Amino acid sequence: MNKKVPDNEWDLVIQGRSALFDLKLKDIWNYRDLLMLFVKRDIVSFYKQTVLGPLWFFIQPLFTTLVYIFVFGSLAVISTDGLPQSLFYLAGIITWNYFADCLTKTSTIFRDNANLFGKVYFPRLILPLSIIGGNLIRFGIQMLLFLFLTYYYSLQGIDIKLSWAILIFPILVLMMALLGLGLGLIITAMTTKYRDLSFLVVFGVQLMMYTTTVIYPLSAAPVEFKKFISLNPMTGIIEAFRYSFLGKGEFTSCSIGYSGLVTLLVLFLGVLIFNKTEKTFVDTI
Amino acid sequence: MSTVIKVSNLSKSYRLGEISTGTITRDLERFVRTKFFKQEDPFLKIGETFNHLQNSETDIVYSLMNINFEIEQGDAVGIIGRNGAGKSTLLKVLSRVTSPTTGKIHLKGRVASLLEVGTGFHPELTGRENIFLNGAILGMRKNEIKRKFDEIVSFSGVEQYIDTPVKRYSSGMYVRLAFAVAAHLESEILIVDEVLAVGDAEFQKKCLGKMGEVSNGEGRTVLFVSHNMDSIGKLCANSILLSKGVLQSFDSTHKVINSYLNNHLKQRKGLKIIDSIDSISHKIELLEVCVNGSSYSEIYLKENQNLIIDYVIKSLHDINVIPFASVFSNMGELIFISSLLIDGANKTYPIFRNKETKISHEISIPNLNSGQFYLSFGFADPGFEEYVSFDKTVVLICQNQYSTVLNGYFNANINVDVTENEQMV
Repeated sequence: MNKKVPDNEWDLVIQGRSALFDLKLKDIWNYRDLLMLFVKRDIVSFYKQTVLGPLWFFIQPLFTTLVYIFVFGSLAVISTDGLPQSLFYLAGIITWNYFADCLTKTSTIFRDNANLFGKVYFPRLILPLSIIGGNLIRFGIQMLLFLFLTYYYSLQGIDIKLSWAILIFPILVLMMALLGLGLGLIITAMTTKYRDLSFLVVFGVQLMMYTTTVIYPLSAAPVEFKKFISLNPMTGIIEAFRYSFLGKGEFTSCSIGYSGLVTLLVLFLGVLIFNKTEKTFVDTI
Repeated sequence: MSTVIKVSNLSKSYRLGEISTGTITRDLERFVRTKFFKQEDPFLKIGETFNHLQNSETDIVYSLMNINFEIEQGDAVGIIGRNGAGKSTLLKVLSRVTSPTTGKIHLKGRVASLLEVGTGFHPELTGRENIFLNGAILGMRKNEIKRKFDEIVSFSGVEQYIDTPVKRYSSGMYVRLAFAVAAHLESEILIVDEVLAVGDAEFQKKCLGKMGEVSNGEGRTVLFVSHNMDSIGKLCANSILLSKGVLQSFDSTHKVINSYLNNHLKQRKGLKIIDSIDSISHKIELLEVCVNGSSYSEIYLKENQNLIIDYVIKSLHDINVIPFASVFSNMGELIFISSLLIDGANKTYPIFRNKETKISHEISIPNLNSGQFYLSFGFADPGFEEYVSFDKTVVLICQNQYSTVLNGYFNANINVDVTENEQMV
């Protein structure tokens, strides 16, 4: 005799349609071990076959800073708001690195892991989350370098003021992560169908760097362009970062509020589009 | 017994037209050219037609159509069907890898799927690290994996190499480790897809054994897709038969396998010309073939069974022939040819032109081991210099009574005498 299971006793119901904004957070929480393991996998596989290992985390920002000092500081003589050049550029580089990496790595996530996705189920959002988590570790290491340099300069007597705004540092990090995540999700969902969009991302991100205040302070921008530059959500974040650690930067509640709003909007759109595509992207990838 | 899997009205369809050329620029180009310039679609392959204006129904492919079934807890159910019947798609939908187009699936308990062995294995990580990663991907929690770690390692047999990167493993070790992780999943429902197709005979035996244990011993539900009727027969009491996306039957495995063999093999009756030979000296058409009384293209043989091959041909010329038959392995190796000396003598047979001629011969075949073989037959000319044959016309599937897969193509009768060795004086 079959015992009929009443409808509310089923553990799982699979069907074609689901709520548009069904985040499946519970599922993601259940798979948190997997999230950790993906982060670990990325880090381990990165330095397992290198000689310098984690030293690479320092080399890229240091060398880039040196090049910037030479090109933008000495050749082009772009102002650095009165701050020591190395500190100014380093601040911009490490924050931009974090955002850009979250964005570019998330934007190819479906394609890079099509194999994995096609064979086993786990909440798809776990992989992008593991990326922003993994990048966080790299960012943390680079932050140590930055803080060390800041301390060194302050010992030298250079005028560097840590401001109370340091308290919002975690929020800034979160905003960068979510902005990168949101944009990455939108792009990855679209590139499952149109692969050439991924080329757009690579050089788009490079160009986007010049439209924000990585290599020049907002205060030094010509008035006609200031508005345009401020439209870039990363501008507010980078300026706030410089202000909190170095004391110089245009940091207003308006700029941060704007960045926060754009971040939320982009994240919302990204998750929405991602959820819609994740169920069937295996069929079109 | 309660129902743990309930599938209602499940369908999975794909729209052919929707899969674009893959780049936005090409899609735009295609759109502009067909709509504005009224040119032909520049990206069509030769011979295709692609009409947007046609009824969209014709562009839809159903890989699963209206599937309904229920599975009770503790059942081991096989899923059988030809290639393309929809078996893997059904498993993918059940595993949530892709989602259904219409219909619902209700599940009770955790589902673990083995659609591929070693999913997520990273070559740079060691065996130990990969066990954790693979286990987590398959849905195990970290402490679960820790608890079962020793069991997994001993099941796989790679204790010695557990701390070397997986890229150094042989393919056999790789597959054993991957299966070991999956075998220790503690889910209530286990779904396995032809995973046993890779790996040697010993591995397959181990897999089947473990799956049997899981189903009978631990009362978990198992869904098993395989082409190996033997394994399905051993493991599953009931089976589902899928054909072209439709569920044909869900009955005891024995009945379903028979149904599969009887209805779903190609039938040859009614086709006028099956094959033909067109060479300088011969032009022959093959009209009918019948092996052991059946005209199917797949024949099941038991041990020590003779092959009776009847076929009808029509030749354009008058020829004198010596008929023979040959058997090839799955890989295309020639295993044996029947003797060209018929009844011990140089016998030839005349075939007159334009007359339908029936050739019947019976060959006693050696003890072939279980496996799949191809049968070819034809004739040699009296000088043994030239021959023609209808190649690999029929598939022979041998099943012998031994449950293990023996090596080699044949087995030989053996007489054994074991005594105490007497001292030489």
